[in-house]
Amino acid sequence: MTDKKPGSVLGAGSAEDRSPNETAGSPSSAGGTGGDGRSAPQPTAPAATKGGGLRLDVRLTGLFAVLVLLCVVGYLTRPDAFLTEGNLSTILRLAAAIGVVSVGMTFVITTAGIDLSVGSMVALASVWMTTVATQSYGVGVMVLCALLVGLGAGLVNGILIAYGRVVPFIATLAMMVAARGLAERISGRQTQVIRDTAFLDFFRGSFLGVPVLVWMFLLVFAAGWVLLNRTTFGRRTFAVGGNPEAARLAGINVKRHVALVYGLAGLCCGIAAIMVAARTTSGASTNGLYYELDAIAAVVIGGTLLTGGRGSLLGTLIGVLIFTVLSNIFTLNNLETDIQNIAKGVIIVVAVLLQYRTMNHPRTT
Amino acid sequence: MSRQPLFARRRFLLGGTALGAGVVLSACTSNDAAQEAPRNVSVGAGDNAEPGPEVTIGFSAPAADHGWMAAMTAYARSQAEAFEDVTFTATEGTNDSSQQIAQIETLINDGVDVLVILPHDGAQLTAVGQQAMDAGIPVVNVDRVFDSPLAYRCWIGGDNYRMGVNAGDYIAEQMREQGKDDPVIAEVAGIDSLPLTQERSQGFADALARHGFEVSHRVAAEFTVESGERQTSNLLQSASSLDALWNHDDDQGIGVLAAIENAGRDEFIMVGGAGSLDMMDRIESGESVVKATVLYSPSMCASAISLARLLGQAKGLGDMAEHEIPASITTYSAVVTSDNVAEYRDVGFAS
Repeated sequence: MTDKKPGSVLGAGSAEDRSPNETAGSPSSAGGTGGDGRSAPQPTAPAATKGGGLRLDVRLTGLFAVLVLLCVVGYLTRPDAFLTEGNLSTILRLAAAIGVVSVGMTFVITTAGIDLSVGSMVALASVWMTTVATQSYGVGVMVLCALLVGLGAGLVNGILIAYGRVVPFIATLAMMVAARGLAERISGRQTQVIRDTAFLDFFRGSFLGVPVLVWMFLLVFAAGWVLLNRTTFGRRTFAVGGNPEAARLAGINVKRHVALVYGLAGLCCGIAAIMVAARTTSGASTNGLYYELDAIAAVVIGGTLLTGGRGSLLGTLIGVLIFTVLSNIFTLNNLETDIQNIAKGVIIVVAVLLQYRTMNHPRTT
Repeated sequence: MSRQPLFARRRFLLGGTALGAGVVLSACTSNDAAQEAPRNVSVGAGDNAEPGPEVTIGFSAPAADHGWMAAMTAYARSQAEAFEDVTFTATEGTNDSSQQIAQIETLINDGVDVLVILPHDGAQLTAVGQQAMDAGIPVVNVDRVFDSPLAYRCWIGGDNYRMGVNAGDYIAEQMREQGKDDPVIAEVAGIDSLPLTQERSQGFADALARHGFEVSHRVAAEFTVESGERQTSNLLQSASSLDALWNHDDDQGIGVLAAIENAGRDEFIMVGGAGSLDMMDRIESGESVVKATVLYSPSMCASAISLARLLGQAKGLGDMAEHEIPASITTYSAVVTSDNVAEYRDVGFAS
């Protein structure tokens, strides 16, 4: 459902998807002249669209199967611990921050960009929002501060890339180094413990039995999904990623759009910083370490093309969950971290290979 | 044309908002919660306290990127300031070995009298340590040891193995007192690939084995608050009930405690490592699961400066029969509990 092929940008994709319907439909409605002859394709038309839908599902199904398989392994190895409410909520809570970062990363990678600075932006926002001065203004300013710092850093990335014509890899690499440096500078490399009880009570609490952090993740994910798949902004994101020149000729302000997408990724980092700060009850310049790698891995195994033009938020969600469940299972079984890293690498390769197979098979048949 | 003023106004408003946000944000970077300087500096005893010949001490350490390392540098500086006959020349902390080598070479060329080196990587800095020794500059090697004894005059550092042993002994003793014969003991280690983590874990396992106990759940974090929280969250799901937990590092301990609080668990005792002020506060309050922490105190860096001064003045240690400073000094990893925390607060560091 979130699938757009590089060639299918600018709404041409939707036309292509619907084309079996329309080509079959319009002649039949055009006249009763060849009515008998045209009636035959008509039943196949819905089948064709269904086939298109299935093809999409198959790609995500492969990924989903990996997740289910992991859960089965988790349940078989620790039937007493894996499917408990506490454990599931732990998995979701740990997936929340990296999940939010990955939502932003999906947008960026869909525009054929990359953002290496997400981890550093999380660190900077978490440090900035937990300084003594920010905390003195209370929970509202802390939250606003994290969002503004994330958005601001993201927009700097975006402006450098879109208007300064710096390659995304380099611009965000610079931000990755600089933002963490600034975070170290502000915090004096100390861990800043949050004393504001209102902040801790709210963000570490639960609503309807589900941790607030998980609600935040679900909200960001839902908003991201709507934005990517149901709005002009999303259409433009696919268009810019698929073929920026065509997008420009179609009247899209490509530069502004790219800048906004990086700003969005930064905003996601600001939200993630709030979540990390709530989880750890502190802000530190070491927060968000290696988030860029985890987020890119989750987005890529989720089926978003590094070359842009195609992005799947649902795939990203499953990708994030796969890695979080994997760490959880390894800890539940008391396995060492080195084996975990090997397994992570293997899963990335297997998931990507699976996608290629499931992607290619229906196409060739 | 007619829309021009509208745009201008919108831009003005947007720009004004951005500027305002910037001003508000920059006001939020202040962090003026008083950071106290370490208090545990010693001015020497007996004859050693008397001002002697002027000594210039060159100091090089890794970047102060976590509380413990920051305290190491702070201790060195405040100890040097306590002596009126010491001139202290410190380089900017760096985690790049080649840069640290260059900095030490500069100090050698400057002709400092004694060098105090806390290498980022002992093996990589061995050659430059030896270069200094060959140039007649005594080197005090702090904590991370050089590959060759030829590269230092004196080594002073902590004892990772004994940290584990003392944590294990303390936990075993507590378990015996609680009458638990088969306790569930967990361990939150630091970065597993580091020898110091391996030594700590080995000491812990050896001490527990002596009492017939073993570690049943073990995770490795990365010395960061966030990894401590993540790993411990999973660990607590794995063990539905725990009797004791040892966390290697108090810096990551803030995250470990956040995970414990979030899971609402308090059925076990927790022992920390390194000795941060935050953990000491919790030990003192008695309300936390943290009942003890095993020291790996950055005050060793203060002692290193004292040793360097004595080396520069060709003096020995007051209470020892030897005329010379020893070649190797290992600090003791004391266990800080509610009984003795008051005595040890002066070596606690802000994490």
